[in-house]
Amino acid sequence: MIALEKVSKWYGKFQVLNDCSTEINKGEVVVVCGPSGSGKSTLIKCVNGLETFQQGEIFVNGTSVGQARTNLSKLRSQVGMVFQHFELFPHLSIIDNLTIAQIKVLKRSKQEAIEKGMQLLERVGLSNQSAKFPSQLSGGQQQRVAIARALAMDPIVMLFDEPTSALDPEMVNEVLDVMVELAAEGMTMMVVTHEMGFARKVANRVVFMDRGSIIEDTTKNEFFGTPRSKRAQQFLSKILSY
Amino acid sequence: MGDFDFDVIRRSLPYLFKGMEYTLGLTFTAMIGGIFFGTLLALARLSAIAPLSLVASGYVNLMRSIPLVLVIFWFYFLVPLVGQWITGAPQPLPIGAEKTALVSFTLFEIAFYCEIIRAGIQSIPQGQIGAAKAVGFTYFQQMRYVILPQAFQNMIPILLSQTIVLFQDTSLVYVISVTDFLGAAAKVAQRDSRLVEMYSFVAVIYFVMSFALSRLVRRLQTNIRIAG
Amino acid sequence: MSTYNWDWNIFFEEVATGGEKYYQWMLSGLAWTIATAMLAWIIALILGSIVGVIRTTPIKWLAILGDIYVEIFRNVPLIVQMFLWFFVLPDILPETAGNWLKQDLPLPEFFTAVISLAFFTSARVAEQVKAGVMTLPRGQKSAGLAVGFTLSQVYLYVLLPMAFRIIIPPLTSEFMNVIKNSSVALTIGMLELTAQARQMNDYTFHGFETFTVATLLYIIVCFAANRLMALIECQVRVPGYVRGDR
Repeated sequence: MIALEKVSKWYGKFQVLNDCSTEINKGEVVVVCGPSGSGKSTLIKCVNGLETFQQGEIFVNGTSVGQARTNLSKLRSQVGMVFQHFELFPHLSIIDNLTIAQIKVLKRSKQEAIEKGMQLLERVGLSNQSAKFPSQLSGGQQQRVAIARALAMDPIVMLFDEPTSALDPEMVNEVLDVMVELAAEGMTMMVVTHEMGFARKVANRVVFMDRGSIIEDTTKNEFFGTPRSKRAQQFLSKILSY
Repeated sequence: MGDFDFDVIRRSLPYLFKGMEYTLGLTFTAMIGGIFFGTLLALARLSAIAPLSLVASGYVNLMRSIPLVLVIFWFYFLVPLVGQWITGAPQPLPIGAEKTALVSFTLFEIAFYCEIIRAGIQSIPQGQIGAAKAVGFTYFQQMRYVILPQAFQNMIPILLSQTIVLFQDTSLVYVISVTDFLGAAAKVAQRDSRLVEMYSFVAVIYFVMSFALSRLVRRLQTNIRIAG
Repeated sequence: MSTYNWDWNIFFEEVATGGEKYYQWMLSGLAWTIATAMLAWIIALILGSIVGVIRTTPIKWLAILGDIYVEIFRNVPLIVQMFLWFFVLPDILPETAGNWLKQDLPLPEFFTAVISLAFFTSARVAEQVKAGVMTLPRGQKSAGLAVGFTLSQVYLYVLLPMAFRIIIPPLTSEFMNVIKNSSVALTIGMLELTAQARQMNDYTFHGFETFTVATLLYIIVCFAANRLMALIECQVRVPGYVRGDR
């Protein structure tokens, strides 16, 4: 579904991604983790073309992301993304947040879009908030709406960029619950996160990055059992102590 | 087009230069007066004495609600009358347009500089006033030694930007037939029927001077940010 | 001021040149002021928004063009710009166009004043629009792109709706400036409010009354403009949104 081949990126002279290669198959849930500055956010943003890269290739469902003639808008409508800071559109009501892209990009009718939107709000447990505005909801609620917004486009794969990092601790679970359900339904997911409990529960594979390179790329059990690299061991020991 | 007469510009340069002298003189006077009295007005606005604060606000809001052209006419009309009243003369004093313009612009700019300085004073953290009080300074000493120096340092770029605006605004003395830079060019243009050349020249000179000054201010702003 | 002869009834006297009363002169001037200001403001908003948006696009040469536009109109005094439009433009255009401007254009002072004021103000509007867009969190653009919007859709549906709400206060200042700046049109012969006040003073020598009324009228119009913008701000306010809140 997603294939990254030797992806490298520089900001001027500074290299942020170093020869990254990995694959995510249909139905897989891959967690990308690592210390700050390891490039994991940059990597996931390259997958839907929000960040450019100078070397290597990325394919999403067979379409090359880096090539000039790729219709990025079309590609992005098939790839759902959830951001660290939710990024709901503040001037639109919740239901409008869910329907605007359906109407303008997928050219669905307003009726269809609203139906789909309400369905998804129901699914994330927020159907009674449809007329409210983003700033009237809590962080956890906003993020759940953001997930619904991404799902409204019927994506083939979902990207999550640190979805719970900006949330107060008591709201983290409500979002993770939605993500766990999504995984159980077979959605292909690439998740950048620090939440190792989530990874242990639903991930198929774990990718560990450090300073722009992929250091580990193994199954969940191997990663949590006996990671081979010293760096990964260090990382795990530090964050798993609590 | 095609017969653009550069010579008329060259020939009138001395006359234009005199006009520019007036322009710069007016700018400078209004700037100094504006900043000095603007500071006092800002203090008045911020003071706890309600009537003082109200009068100061009223003045600022008035100057900001009416066109500069109207202010120029007001003082062109008013200053000779005030002069007559003060000196007890039988007729309004024949004070020339050049001088009334100095009064008009200074009094107008006071309101604008006041707002800049007021914002500057209010941006100084409360702790500074507390510290100044704690060492025993009186109100005026607090202002003079602690608050105003800091406020001015922060405000220099914005004060200079306002001065650039003022520099451009001085061209409005045209309405009372004062011979500033634009006025001089207009006189030559009308006398020699060379409006295209003269007005284009004026536009270019204003552009070059304003642009250069605003670049300078921007560089100053970055330097202050780095230092501060 | 014992020698000054106050007479508020002067407004109801017939003008020296006969036919109208002085207050009609003032009203005529007021009408021209409002007409010029409103038309120029609308054009400035449209032009300024386009230039402001252009200045924020990632297309480098387009952004630089926008910056040049703003610098040109900000660094030349308004009166000089009006002179260029009124005196210089007709002479440097090809013959037929120039002649049309000089002879056949109806209300030449009015239209020149409007165009000149519009371009002058559009540069300042462009500054505000650019600032407004730059204030928005970077993630908004990313989120817009992520749901599949093209760049123009991102501007239209995500960035500009919020940017315009944010810049309503500084735009209000610009609106008031347009009203005040319309007075500069008297230098090209348009009989707006300030021109009428001066003219009336020239005929009646009752400067106090004349200029006081002009002053009051400007204050009222500016206040009305201010309230109009406040009303608009109220209508488009996003529930619960506080600027700067994350």
